[in-house]
Amino acid sequence: MDFGGINPVILIASLMVASVPILLAALGELVTEKAGVLNLGVEGMMIMGAICGFITAVHSGSPVAGFVGGALGGAALSLVFAFVTQVLLANQVATGLALTLFGLGLSSLMGQNYNGIKPPLTGALLPGFLREIPVVGPIIFGHDWMVYLSILLVAAVWWVLKATRLGLIIRAVGESHEAAHALGYRVRLIRLGAIAFGGALAGLGGAYISLVRVPQWVDGITAGAGWIALAIVVFASWKPWRALIGAYLFGGITVLQLNLQAAGSRIPVEYLSMSPYLVTILVLVIMSSGRGRAALNAPAALGQNFHATR
Amino acid sequence: MLRLEKRPNPSRFWLYATPVVAVVLTMVFGGLLFALMGTNPFAVIRTIFWDPLFGEFAFYLRGQLLVKAGPLILIAIGLSLGFRAGIWNIGAEGQYIMGAICGAAVGLAVYPTENRLIFPLMILAGAFGGWAWAMIPAILKTRFNTNEILVSLMLVYVAQTILAKASTGFLKNPEGMGFPGSRNFSGYPAAANPELIAGSGLHWGGVAALIVAVAAWVLLSRHIIGFQIRLSGQAPRAARFHGVNPSRLVVLCMGLSGALAGLAGLFEVTGPAGQISIDFNVGYGFTAIIVAFLGRLNPIGIVLAGVLMALTYVGGEMASTNLRLPAAAIQVFQGMLLFFLLGVDVLTNYRIRMAKGG
Repeated sequence: MDFGGINPVILIASLMVASVPILLAALGELVTEKAGVLNLGVEGMMIMGAICGFITAVHSGSPVAGFVGGALGGAALSLVFAFVTQVLLANQVATGLALTLFGLGLSSLMGQNYNGIKPPLTGALLPGFLREIPVVGPIIFGHDWMVYLSILLVAAVWWVLKATRLGLIIRAVGESHEAAHALGYRVRLIRLGAIAFGGALAGLGGAYISLVRVPQWVDGITAGAGWIALAIVVFASWKPWRALIGAYLFGGITVLQLNLQAAGSRIPVEYLSMSPYLVTILVLVIMSSGRGRAALNAPAALGQNFHATR
Repeated sequence: MLRLEKRPNPSRFWLYATPVVAVVLTMVFGGLLFALMGTNPFAVIRTIFWDPLFGEFAFYLRGQLLVKAGPLILIAIGLSLGFRAGIWNIGAEGQYIMGAICGAAVGLAVYPTENRLIFPLMILAGAFGGWAWAMIPAILKTRFNTNEILVSLMLVYVAQTILAKASTGFLKNPEGMGFPGSRNFSGYPAAANPELIAGSGLHWGGVAALIVAVAAWVLLSRHIIGFQIRLSGQAPRAARFHGVNPSRLVVLCMGLSGALAGLAGLFEVTGPAGQISIDFNVGYGFTAIIVAFLGRLNPIGIVLAGVLMALTYVGGEMASTNLRLPAAAIQVFQGMLLFFLLGVDVLTNYRIRMAKGG
């Protein structure tokens, strides 16, 4: 059952794996933006997660510890952003860019002695006989635990934002920080939490790249995944389940173009490898054009700093 | 408990003092980082900031300073116009690459004709390449309200794949024995961008940077467009009442910054880099963002900031050969500088007061 040398079952199974990093990072950024903070440093936090996770996993021998290390690395870097934007009230766009530039440099500095090392393997979660069921086996049962965790996190974020008091507070802070402040909520503290959560998920996504997707350490390993994650948040119009769809769409394109390259397609490799970026632009155009439909759903206080006058 | 109190007007003293404070803080914390890595921080700081200017090899390194500062200043001045108006072109790296490819393509197309008009034509083509690449996010922004930050950045990755295609495909040197990369411009006088004064490191890119800095200063302080740019950044509502057309401003700012980045790319590829190759770009487009902020988005400030940033490049290379400091450490150092700048800037707009309780 192959189409032009590409097996659709394997394609779907591998796109689920390929989209985990951008899904996690997009989900984290979604929560951050829901709280009214635009953190453009996703790429930097992801790559910090990638190197921190890699180092932890190599030294502890445990991939689980690696993912925890990656999340901590991403969160730690995001706290720098939180301090500069929330306490020192710096411009969020510029600080986010600084975070990316700094993260790229720091990760390459930390990773100098880790080139060419193999990290401990993250195996499949479920027993083998389930994976051998045709079609559904590889697609539903064949993955490592991070794939399932990422989907669970989508459900959790959706539920928290939609149905809990915490979610209501986060949204209130993101829609109108003045009103939230007047109600007695600590705007900057809540934003700090949302930024750290976003950083942790970006770090987790980055660790997935260096521990599972590639799996080794290379400078600049994230290759723009963080920026694609930012685009997915816009594509999802700040809704968690749509972020899942968006991430799978982009994961699908990435996997498809890699498969086409491997299958010796007649389209030159260069054009195939630029396709995820072109599709991102196309999707952004479609989402932002329809009379600002997507823009209407953007948190009202997105990107504005809060300074309590009273 | 410390509390921030908004100043009625930005402090003029801190406006000029913050870049200096940020540089000093970066030296202190960068020094700590270098010490943690087991190098002598004082030796590293001296190698980066002192030796290229007054050290043993200063006669050579001072020239390198202009080579690196030229493109940084050119790009940063373009970016600063947009940043002032709240238009975030962060894909200068892509525009730099496309400018280099377009300009080089014009030169290579007429190889080996010798004519005095070839180099000026290449300059035009380089500016056009960068301009056209920046027009994509600009037009998408004005027509479809698409986020220019994400689009311009995505186009960097697209430009990099086009560069790979150019150096292995359509611009490859036919006499290069199969190696990737175009013909070297140093062997083609009509299209080359040589050093103008031997040993100074000054090439046409440096001359252009200085001209552009003066032009930008005049534009910002004396021309109605400069006024509109400043007004849109500081008071968007007032700008609308004043009759500023936001779309026109986006197209203008993006176009100018793209064209300048393209120019920088062309001067680099015909001069110091010498040829189109897969990795001739070394991230000037991103470092220029730091330069723009370090220069406080002011053309004269940017010239100084560009020279300082060039110092970290040249000195950083020295430190990595002499003191075995990893090249990435300089990148961290530059990133740190931007953080400190943005953070210390709080003093320009706020006063720190002691307050009782929260």
